[in-house]
Formats: sequence, C-alpha cells, structure tokens
Amino acid sequence: MIQIEHISKSFGKLDVLRGLDLSISPHEVTAVLGPNGAGKTTLIKSMLGLVKPDSGHITINGKRINGDASYRSGIGYMPQNARYPDNLTVQEIIDMVRDVRGNPEDTDEELFHAFNLKTELGKKFKTLSGGNRQKVSAVLAFLFRPPVVFLDEPSAGLDPVSSSCLKDKIAREKSNGKTIILTSHIMSEIQELADKVVYILDGLIHFEMTVTELLETTGERTLERAIARKMKGAA
Amino acid sequence: MKNLKKRILLLLSLLLVLSVSLLASDREIRVESSIQLAIDQSEPGDVIIIPAGVYEESGITIETARIILRGEDGAVIDGMKGGAHIIVIKADSVQVEGLTIRNTGLSHVRDLSAVRVESASGVIIRDNVFEDSMFSVYLSRAKDSLVERNRISGGGDRESNSGNGIHLFDTERITVRENQIHHHRDGIYLEFAKEVRITDNIATDNRRYGLHYMFSRDSEYSRNEFRRNNAGVAVMYSQEVDMSGNIFADNVGPASYGILLKDIDNSLISNNRFLNNTIGIYSEGSNGVQIEKNLFERNGWAVKIWANSTRNVFTDNAFIDNTFDVATNSRQHYNTFERNYWSRYDGYDLEGDGIGDVPHRPVRLYSIIVERNPISLILHRSLFIDVLDLAERVMPALTPETLVDEYPLMKSPLP
Amino acid sequence: MKTNTLKLIKYQLRDVMRSRWVIFYLAFFILVTDALFRFGGSGDRVILSLMNVVLLVIPLVSIMLGTMYVYNSREYTELMLSQPVKRGEMFSALFAGLMLPLSVTVAAGIALPFIWNGVLISHLAALGYLIGTAIILTTIFSALAFMIALLTEDKIKGLGLAVVMWLFFAVIYDGLILVVIYMFSDYPLQQPVLVMSMLNPLDLARIALLIEFEASTLMGFTGALFQRFLGSTGGLLTIAGVLMLWISLPLAWGARRFVSKDF
Repeated sequence: MIQIEHISKSFGKLDVLRGLDLSISPHEVTAVLGPNGAGKTTLIKSMLGLVKPDSGHITINGKRINGDASYRSGIGYMPQNARYPDNLTVQEIIDMVRDVRGNPEDTDEELFHAFNLKTELGKKFKTLSGGNRQKVSAVLAFLFRPPVVFLDEPSAGLDPVSSSCLKDKIAREKSNGKTIILTSHIMSEIQELADKVVYILDGLIHFEMTVTELLETTGERTLERAIARKMKGAA
Repeated sequence: MKNLKKRILLLLSLLLVLSVSLLASDREIRVESSIQLAIDQSEPGDVIIIPAGVYEESGITIETARIILRGEDGAVIDGMKGGAHIIVIKADSVQVEGLTIRNTGLSHVRDLSAVRVESASGVIIRDNVFEDSMFSVYLSRAKDSLVERNRISGGGDRESNSGNGIHLFDTERITVRENQIHHHRDGIYLEFAKEVRITDNIATDNRRYGLHYMFSRDSEYSRNEFRRNNAGVAVMYSQEVDMSGNIFADNVGPASYGILLKDIDNSLISNNRFLNNTIGIYSEGSNGVQIEKNLFERNGWAVKIWANSTRNVFTDNAFIDNTFDVATNSRQHYNTFERNYWSRYDGYDLEGDGIGDVPHRPVRLYSIIVERNPISLILHRSLFIDVLDLAERVMPALTPETLVDEYPLMKSPLP
Repeated sequence: MKTNTLKLIKYQLRDVMRSRWVIFYLAFFILVTDALFRFGGSGDRVILSLMNVVLLVIPLVSIMLGTMYVYNSREYTELMLSQPVKRGEMFSALFAGLMLPLSVTVAAGIALPFIWNGVLISHLAALGYLIGTAIILTTIFSALAFMIALLTEDKIKGLGLAVVMWLFFAVIYDGLILVVIYMFSDYPLQQPVLVMSMLNPLDLARIALLIEFEASTLMGFTGALFQRFLGSTGGLLTIAGVLMLWISLPLAWGARRFVSKDF
C-alpha cells in the first residue's frame, strides 16, 4: 500500500508536481501515464527517495519516507537507463547490490535464467549492449523478492523475446501478490499488464481508473484509443 | 712566484719549530700534585709529564722556554670556572699536548682562555681536548707556531658571553690544522694575521662564524669544512687570501653565508663546495677576486654580488639547483661570468663543442623582485613566478643586460 | 551503518583500478620520476624536481578528473541510492572511490622508481613528507571537484569552473599576492601575506614543502614573524590544521548538498 498525500515539487520555476494525491493499492499493477514532462519520473523518484518533495508525505507499507534508507530494501527499481560502473563485471554488479542488501539467501533468479545472462556474467558493464544492460537491470529489480517493484519503461531496448519474458514475469509476480508500478509508452503493453491506470497532467492526477472501467466508459477496444478519447473529451 | 716564496718561508719556520723540539733535553719531570710547581722547577728542554687525574688548577704560567707539557691518557686540568686563564705561555718553543683542559668560566671584562700564548714564538699546541671554556686557544702576538689536532668545544650558551675556539690576534706565520671546533662564538678567529695557514679543520655549529677573518693578508685557508655555523664564514678587509678546497654546507639563516666577502682584494676562491647554504658567496666591495672551479649546489642564493664589487671573475664553476644562481642589486655590473655550468641553462649545443650556442643570463627576474620586496620569497616555486621568469627571459627588461655568460658549459666541469 | 560505505568502496576501487586514467596517471608519475633519476641522478635532486611536478600536476588532475568522475557517476549514484543505501554512506563511498585510487597512484608512481633505483630507505622520511603533501593536495582538490560538480548539473560549466578554479589557485592568486606586496610595500606585510597564503591550499602545500626541502632559501628573508612562523613546529602544525580545514570545509558543504539534493 502506497499513500501519497498532497506532494508538490518544483525545480526552479518549473512546478512539476502540484499537490498530488494518490493511493496505490497492493497486489496490483498500476501504470503511471502522462505526456512528457508531466511528472511521472519525478513521482517515481519521490517514492524512491531520490527526489525530495517540497511538501506532502509519502507512506509506503505504513512507513513514512523521511530520509531513512531501510524502507528501500522492500523496493525493486528498474530505471529507464541503468548505468553501473563501467569496469565492473555483471557478476560484480550483482554482488555489489546483494552486498548492500545484506546478502539475502533467498533470491529470485528466474529472470536471470530466462534472459540467459550466464554467458554475460564475466563481461564488463561498458561492453554490454543496451539490451543486455536493461536485462541486468530487470534481473536486479526482482532478484531480492521485494514486495514493491518500480519499472520505468521496462521494455525499452529489449528484443521481443526478452520483452515478453519480462511481461510474463510481471504478470507472475502480480499474482504472487507484488505491488507493481510501471510507466510505458506502449499502450498495448499496459493494457496487457496493468490493473489500473493513473494519468498525470501538469503535476496533478488527471484521472485514475481501472483498465476495464476505462475501456467501458469510452467504449473503445484498445487502451490507446480509450485514452485518446478520454483526453479529447476533457478538452 | 711570490706565493711559493711564502710557502717556503712558512715551511722553514715550521722545520725550525720541529727541530727545536727535537733538540730538547730528555729530562722528564712527573707532576706530583701541582703543575705550576713542576714548571717552576723545570729548565729549558724539560718534559713535564702529567699523569692521569684531574688537576684543579688555573693561572698556570709558563715562562721557561722549550719545555713540553705532556698529558698522559686521562690527564685533565680543570679551571673550575674560576674566572682565570688556565695556562698562559709567555716563553718561546713551548709545547702543550695530550691534555684535556676545561672550565675557564666566563667574564665580561677579560678574554678568559684555556691556553693563552702571549708574544711567544715556536709554540705547539696539539692533540688536546678543550671543553667548556670561554676561549679555548688564544694566540696573541705569537709567531711561527702550530695548533693542530685539537678537539675543541665551547662553553657559553649565548654569543655574548662565549669566546672563540682558536683566536689569533696580531700573529705571523701560524699553522692551524686538523682541529675540530664546535659550539664556540667563532670557530677560528683571525685579526691582523699575516701568512697564516688554516687547513683541514672542521668547524661546525658555532654560534657566529665558523671562520672569522679580518684585517689579514697573504694567508690561506684550505680543505676545511664549515657546517651549520650560524653565520657561515666571514672574510673581511683583507688582501691576498687563498681559499681553496673548502666545504661550506648547511649554513642556513637570514644572515648565513658560505662566505661573506667584504672589502676583499686580489684573492682566490677555488675548488670549494657550497652546499645548501642560504647564501653561498656574498660579496660586498670585493675586487679582483678569482672564483673558479667551485660547486654551488642547492643554495638559496649561490652568489649574491653587490654592484660595488668589480673585476671579479667567475669561471669554470658549476651552479646546480640553486634557487638563485646570481643575484645583484643593480643593472650595472663590472664582473665577468664565463664558461660556467648552469643547471638552469636550457640552450643547446649544435656544434658539439661542449659550449652552449646561446648565452645564459643567470639573474632571474624573480631575484630582482625578491631583492626589492624580500617577503615575495614566499612565492618561491609558484607557477606564477615561473611564468614571470619565462616572460623576462624572452624579453629581458629588468635583469642586468651585461651579466651574461657568453660561453655556458653544457656539462659540469667538476668531477 | 558505515559498512555500506566500505562495501561500496570495495567495488568502486575494483572499477577505478581497471580504468584507463588510473593507468595513465600511474605511468605518468613512474615515467617522470624515473626520467628524473636517469637525467638528474641523486635522490635529493629527484625529490626537489618532483616538488614542482606535485604542485603543478596533482591539483590540476585531481580537480579535472574529480569533476568528471562525479558527473560520470550520476546514474550509478542514482541506482545505489534506490537501494537501501544512505546518502551519507554513498557520498563517503564516492569520495573515497576517487581520492583513494588517486592517492595510491601518486604514492606508488613516485615511490616505485625510488625502490628500483635503490634509494627508498635512505630517502624514506623526505619521500614520506613529499607523498604525504601530494596526498593532502589530492584530497583537497578532489573535495573541491565534488563541490563544483554538486554546484552545477551542467557538465561543461562544471569542467570550465574546475579549470578556472585551478588557474586561480595556481597562478592568479599568487599574482594578486605579488600585486599586494608591491602596492603596500611601505607597510608591514608579513602578517597579511602569511594570512593570504593560508587562504590558498596550493600556496599552503607549497610552503609546507619549502619548509622541509628549501629552508635554506626560505630563511633568506629576515622578517621575524616569518622566521618564527615558518621555522617552527607550531607553524607547520598551523599549516597542517588549515590544510585539514581545506579538506573538511568543501567536503562538509558537498556532503550537505549531496544529502539534500534531488537525483
């Protein structure tokens, strides 16, 4: 359960979030959508503690974020572009993250095997292709079985096979009771994965609906069309 | 030629001293309790043996010629800081050897001395140990005498009340050699000396000068070592001084010099080594001095030469890693620098004759800045100063135009 | 708590020790020091020449590499901060990950040629002093690099600022001191000039080296305050103290900024 109460954030003159309220239900996949610059990434970074809101509170699983780092052991994060130290091997990067998480015994290596990353373990990060970097990043997001997972444009740069592996994983983890928050530009992907859509515009929640609701109220068959209709109607 | 004559004369006088001592009768007197008593009973040519033990005596006066005062191992004469001379020699050809002589005490009116020679000649003072005296060896109006192989350390804690290690006043034809002198005011002091040879001595940690040389002529000091003396060595108001083969090292302080030359004429400074001194040679009002084959290494200023010094010639010297190789106070100058090696020289030698094709200007702009505003020394080794120096080298505007080594050597001429 | 810092440092060191710039930097010091041995000879002369190299190269390289390093570590920093790692821990790890390899590289690059020229033991104290000063300079200019990189997000602006800051401390500042010395030459200047030098870490390090290796030159100035200050242990301790301030103040500012900043 993630509770976001009235958070605002501005960077200089630019007000990115303006008193946004949102509550994200557990055991669901929530998609955060919106045009570029609407505040999606800022919202996710606020939940990760990377961005410090000017006002408002965020509570994750009953704990309010206040600079303490420990709550993040319950979160997995796959950023848009992951860049680890160039000269570390994939193995070392995994070890490093494992180390700072206190070397948990019980890890989830499903994705690692699905992506067939074993051959990449000894390679330095800087020699990896963009797709492989994304795979490493995805593996790390699920590896420690966090109850909450943030995925920022997860399938960007992935080949179709890997992309569908990842989508399968997301669906499986949802049914395992994980809370998953993702952003994506690919509406079909969201339609396939998400239970709920949160649409952000100008730093506020424009609407918040289940995918089914959205399709029903607009009478469209695809999410893309449904959102387009919804936005047109608003305008 | 003249120099040779002098040396022969000196040698002859030494031989005279030695032969006199050989001719001495072999009567031996062993001191029982009082050294003075033994001396009073002696006749010319006697040897007075002083057995081991501490003799608390001072004011011992020797008026018998040709006697030898010889200490056996462990013989100590202790003046008990009584405020008197310990031994006074007033007769010719007296020898004092093998003794430890100590504790004259201090005085503000008298120059208290461990051994004092007054108007005598042919005196030999050798192989003694001097400790904690105001003056250790004091020769006044002595001639043809020898001071050698003594180990001398001074007493007073401050310059004001400490005297000199070996003090020569108005003397002729004296040889001072192979002595070690430390913690006195001046290690060796000469005033009104003629034909004096000072060789192979080591003077260290003296509170003023290692060697203080004034109003003297026709003398030589060579192969000596002067280290960590508060002010280094001063040679003043003298002519025809031969200074060769000495080491001047670690004389560090605002008024510390390897050699301070003041009003010196027609002298020679050759084959010396100046190492890590604040100033290697400081020359004020000195004329006609030949400075050759010396090594100047890691000094603050290798040579500081005032404009009132003229006709001095620097040649075949090596200037290595000094902060300032040459500093002066004027754009005018009348000295010659030729065929020296400068580690700072960055010219080339296309002809391969060992002489750089481009003249070298040894005066840095920075040295002129420091001369005007000494506090700018704090900028030493700043990149800014390097840039300034470079600019001045490209377009000289402030450094002496004529102070140039036209034939800088590509390699050090010294072994 | 701090163990996270140590864990991260372990991996960062592995990363940095494999990077090209460390190898270049190490090779540079080895080549220069060894060349000085070949052309100059004695260990004393080499140390004296190294003084200039240390004063010139270390601040420049530390501040430029440092600024670049912070910018290049941005994404990595973000990633680690999304893990259960505190910002303070991350900051310490990042700083150590720059300062330690730079310091070790300088120390090894200077010391190794002394070892194979067989003069390490005879010059141990002097070499230790030189390397110590080199490490302090490395630390200060790394700290300044962190300050700059945390001041502006713009990489080009940051690198420009780093060059300007180096130029200021290495050249311009000393020019200003000289102007002051000339303009106020009729006034007692020892204290103001000493204080001015204290405000420039590069001047301080330079003076600390001069005290040790070129006292013979430095003592050529007769000023009493100067003599007392530069000739005494107290003076050296003061310099060491101010140098520590030069490390801790930029770092404290940087750490505060790092803790409160958005990524």
